[in-house]
Amino acid sequence: MIELRYFAWLRERIGTGRETVQTEARTVAELVAQLAAMDEGHAMAFADLKSLRVALDQELADFEAPLAGVREVAFFPPMTGG
Amino acid sequence: MRLSVQETAFDPGAEANAFTAAVQGAGAVVTFAGLVRDNGGALAAMEIEHYPGMTEKAIMAMMDQAMDRFRLADALVIHRHGRLAPGEVIMMVATASAHRADAFAAAEFLMDYLKSRAPFWKKEIGADGAAWVTAKDEDETALKRW
Repeated sequence: MIELRYFAWLRERIGTGRETVQTEARTVAELVAQLAAMDEGHAMAFADLKSLRVALDQELADFEAPLAGVREVAFFPPMTGG
Repeated sequence: MRLSVQETAFDPGAEANAFTAAVQGAGAVVTFAGLVRDNGGALAAMEIEHYPGMTEKAIMAMMDQAMDRFRLADALVIHRHGRLAPGEVIMMVATASAHRADAFAAAEFLMDYLKSRAPFWKKEIGADGAAWVTAKDEDETALKRW
């Protein structure tokens, strides 16, 4: 089981800010493929990975990063702080 | 060093005074405050979403780096989230160092990192609807100078 967090327009497209999924994915990219196949909202949210960022247990990571030992995966658009 | 991620408004002048009064062994204090632009009257409000937990961790890491790299005597970051009106203060940075060059550089360093590495997302609410603010390429480019 892995805890997922979504923020900004990603959260709006998917329709929730958090969900838990059962996964065999070994990398972020494999997890994204699984999520994109879930429904139309997820497919739309994950259509363009270049416009997305990912954090593993609250640390920025890349899409090839392994998921072993990770509890929380967050997906969001590029940040606009300051 | 102090970080506050908060929904409530704050007084940047009072914060700057308190920061300056408490700092030890510094000869320079630089402060910066970021405000909600009104986009020529078109903006009704700005909503700022963030990732509780990661926000604090990411900013603390930036501040630790700034303290070392610019030999700061002290640093302060306050950043709001939630719904803000045009003209309201979104965030402030204060840095203190022996000489002004390090305090200015550290404030710019923190601002550049806050813009694109702290998990905040801004949404502009206008008369014609709402739109997420998109990250600018130059914000990413700005990080390369550090």
